[in-house]
Amino acid sequence: MTKRLIVALLALMLSAGGVTAQAQAPASPRGQVSAEELELQRALQGGRIEGRVSIPDRKAASLIQPEGREWRQFHNSTLTWIGGIAVLGMLGILALFYAVKGRIRISSGWSGRSLLRFNLLERANHWMVASSFIILALSGLNLTFGRYLLLPLIGPEGFATLSLWGKVAHNYLAFPFTLGLVVMLLLWIKDNIPDRVDLAWLKAGGGFFTGGHPAAGRFNAGQKLIFWITVLGGGIVAASGYVLLFPFSVTDIAGQQLSHIVHGVLAMLMIAAMLAHIYIGTLGMEGALDAMTTGRVDYNWAREHHSLWVEDELNRARDSVAPPSGIKAAGAD
Amino acid sequence: MARMKFLCDADRCIECNACVTACKNENDVPWGINRRRVVTINDGKPGERSISMACMHCTDAPCAAVCPVSCFYTTADAVVLHDKDLCIGCGYCFYACPFGAPQYPRVGNFGGRGKMDKCTYCAGGPQQDNTPAEYAQYGANRLAEGKLPLCAEMCSTKALLAGDGEIIASIYKERVQRRGYGSGAWGWRTAYRETVTV
Repeated sequence: MTKRLIVALLALMLSAGGVTAQAQAPASPRGQVSAEELELQRALQGGRIEGRVSIPDRKAASLIQPEGREWRQFHNSTLTWIGGIAVLGMLGILALFYAVKGRIRISSGWSGRSLLRFNLLERANHWMVASSFIILALSGLNLTFGRYLLLPLIGPEGFATLSLWGKVAHNYLAFPFTLGLVVMLLLWIKDNIPDRVDLAWLKAGGGFFTGGHPAAGRFNAGQKLIFWITVLGGGIVAASGYVLLFPFSVTDIAGQQLSHIVHGVLAMLMIAAMLAHIYIGTLGMEGALDAMTTGRVDYNWAREHHSLWVEDELNRARDSVAPPSGIKAAGAD
Repeated sequence: MARMKFLCDADRCIECNACVTACKNENDVPWGINRRRVVTINDGKPGERSISMACMHCTDAPCAAVCPVSCFYTTADAVVLHDKDLCIGCGYCFYACPFGAPQYPRVGNFGGRGKMDKCTYCAGGPQQDNTPAEYAQYGANRLAEGKLPLCAEMCSTKALLAGDGEIIASIYKERVQRRGYGSGAWGWRTAYRETVTV
């Protein structure tokens, strides 16, 4: 009897315990698992919150992407500073160099004789890339600096029209620019492989500061550098640009933000490099521009700046006129 | 003036997508664009919630901050709008927006995306209020008629609230206190740098 009583008491206690445990649980299971935004963000370590959408647009499934904040910081601050320092800094350096050293003259004067440096295909391709690049650069710079510099000058309507045409030009000129880069690579890569002559040229500082003329082949180390900046830098800028040109066909929004960052930074650095290239090709050096206009450069200029190339050219010219020694020309006796 | 905001009570949203449909219809939204959408997180798992999301009309809006032609403006009701006559369709606002609100009518056409389109809080655009020109470019201007955005007005469970931020926050607070749980005012921390504390 007492045993039974104890068992009944125990059962009562246990069931009572069970009841209290049930009473402690929330009335509705809805609130049991938290779906709070901050907790979810913490679980995702600040990553993108994605879900499922019933509309047929996959990218709409991204609910909150915090990376936009970093991209905003990059676009509004980082890129503006990088671009400002690179472009203005380079212009400052070039102005200073011009003020101190002045124009680099042909030391031995114009010879009056010229030789072909770039053929028509090379020149046409160069100017296709160059003209595309200038418009691409200006329309690109406009997207970063235009609203601070141009918008107050020409007003919102004028600036919007200009920027719209700039954007259209930027999108379409990407194609001739890229084509030109490929042709450039094929035409000039054989003369742009770094070699031992370049080391000596770089050690002499290209002669920019000492005034001498270190030996150089068809392209000196500085020009080789410009070539590789154009081909590799331009290639990456073009590739990242195409990602932006065809949104969501290659990558999602994170990839597009990254592409824009790569595109923007490299483009700013390339603009700075090309300013130096334009300077030395025009104002900075006597006789240099002829290479890309008529294609023919002065003999003395060539001897000073590209001694090894001139030797090669002269040897080749001699070979084409006189037969190599050891072989008697017919009827020479 | 009121500080207009959206608040989606995710514990009430039943993912009926009526807000999406109503928005498309009321504003004659172009093909392929959904100014509002319903995203379900933790789908089929514990903690599943649906959240109706559109442009949140942020304080210090990222879209306006990055726009290269400065085509955004904020109305007296703190609604973030943009001028499609100035927009060049560059896509920058889309990269910066945390909520994926800016969309373009022509996505894959050599980057010629067309003018950006996003939720206007049913407040039209810079054109004269309630003119055909305004409707064609931006859709309805219910705010000028003294009405709130249609998505929130017709929400059957009243999950989506629109109106002055303080008023909708107090409604939400009362709900959470009464029922004892709430998954928070989604997007508020990101959009308004504040949240509804219960």
